[in-house]
Amino acid sequence: MSLAAASVLQDADFIGLLYLVAFVLFILGMRQLTSFTTARRGNRVAAAGMAIAVVATLLDQEVGDYALIALGIALGAVVGVPAARQVKMTAMPQMVALFNGVGGGAVALISWAEYREALHVGGNPALDTLIPILFAAIIGSISFWGSNIAFAKLQGIIPGKPVAIPGQQFLNLALLLVAVGAAVAIAAGAESEGLFVLILVAAAVLGNMVVLPIGGADMPVVISLLNALTGLSAAAAGIALNNVALIVAGIIVGASGTILTNLMAAAMNRSIPSIVAGGFGGGAAATSGGGDGEERPHRSTDAASVALALSLAERVVVAPGYGLAVAQAQHTVRELAGELEKRGVEVNYAIHPVAGRMPGHMNVLLAEADVPYEALREMDEINPEFETTDVTLVIGANDVTNPAAREDEGSPIYGMPILNVDKSQAVVVLKRSMSPGFAGIDNPLFYNDNTELLFGDAKSSVNDVLAAVKNL
Amino acid sequence: MDLVTELTILVLAAFVGFEVISRVPNTLHTPLMSATNAIHGIVLLGGILVIGSAEGVLNKVILVIAIAFGTINVIGGFLVTDRMLEMFKQRAKPGDGGEK
Repeated sequence: MSLAAASVLQDADFIGLLYLVAFVLFILGMRQLTSFTTARRGNRVAAAGMAIAVVATLLDQEVGDYALIALGIALGAVVGVPAARQVKMTAMPQMVALFNGVGGGAVALISWAEYREALHVGGNPALDTLIPILFAAIIGSISFWGSNIAFAKLQGIIPGKPVAIPGQQFLNLALLLVAVGAAVAIAAGAESEGLFVLILVAAAVLGNMVVLPIGGADMPVVISLLNALTGLSAAAAGIALNNVALIVAGIIVGASGTILTNLMAAAMNRSIPSIVAGGFGGGAAATSGGGDGEERPHRSTDAASVALALSLAERVVVAPGYGLAVAQAQHTVRELAGELEKRGVEVNYAIHPVAGRMPGHMNVLLAEADVPYEALREMDEINPEFETTDVTLVIGANDVTNPAAREDEGSPIYGMPILNVDKSQAVVVLKRSMSPGFAGIDNPLFYNDNTELLFGDAKSSVNDVLAAVKNL
Repeated sequence: MDLVTELTILVLAAFVGFEVISRVPNTLHTPLMSATNAIHGIVLLGGILVIGSAEGVLNKVILVIAIAFGTINVIGGFLVTDRMLEMFKQRAKPGDGGEK
């Protein structure tokens, strides 16, 4: 009887059914991620799906070496659990990049081991297995190294600024040709582990070279793209190994990453090829950098006046940018909003899609500072409401509030969707100085009649305003 | 399973992915990315399957590392997503008392 039970458990159909349960849980989990009230449950549902997929795979007859599997899982848990528990919310983009990288690395390593195994058994596998292996090796290796560089840039280990490498595009093309050329040679019949390692190495260097020149502001696009690539490589590995779970889960991630990449690129008014081809800022700064030197008039204000205006307002909107997170001002902003709400002021937050270093990053930072999620408003949702907003506070954001994107066809950011903060009754911009923003583009918002500038470090400025509000 | 069946599954799953994920609001994109990130850790299964037939020390070392990488991806991804989602709280109702 126990024998019969064991044979049912190891049956391919039974394992296939468990995979099916796992897919349903993945998709239900993703669907629950569409709403705040169910999102946390959704993540747990997806995790349960993953647990079922792992258990189902362990039942497979081909699985033998349980000790080594346990060793690998233990090693991964020892590294992954503390990393996930301790990472700061501001460091989330690099953590996601790192997790993404190891996923890509796993794909590259598995495809290498699979090819070695095939050579050992008797030469190149059939093309329907070989081509996905080669594809997984290239994409997995690019994704692993690209993600590591993204991690290093976001973590500040290497400079986050755009870096220009002479002849970079030519070099990247050459590397891609080497990797693809070696893959074609193997597919055409060459049986050589050396060629396979060459593929991995050329793709590795390519991953480094593509991400190295890209600046911090383009990171939301890069991380999304790498996420999509790792998903695709996992799906390719699934075809090579005839494993449906890898195919389905991998391609869902590929779809998700592709959607996010497009959304991020659209939010920055940039094409994906132009981001991959070179660092941000170069061309844009050159066209607008002339700045014709003239000092245009602007109005500055002080904390006490801002406090008065805010407390007399009915509706206040905070437009935060990455500068707010850099200054660690989100908790102080939340405190200020609390004081204002006590006085009957409605406070909302206008979140641009690229306000942060990865898609949606700013929302997580504000949620961590106890901002309720109802107050976190998407750009399209809040833009029509600026006209009825009494005061908009712009903190650490610049280009995403630049009306030139809407009005000035000559501007390098023309066409980029922005927060229409200039339409509100009054705008207060917290700024360190009059220097132009990250991309070096002048912002006409600063010179508008309804704009006042509060100079100083974002955190201490907000603190001053908070103190002044409390004293009213 | 033949290649055409696998490609059929691949394409259909891609459509399902597009449909479901395009409904996730911008506000939740970081947790979305982090959760899907955890899901592609499913390559862990590949490592588990291939290590059964692996011969030689190098192959075994490669695959143990691959399994460890996949596990970091899965466990780390889901844990960190849970931590993030825990922080998204509803507005405290007036008179709800002083919970944090």
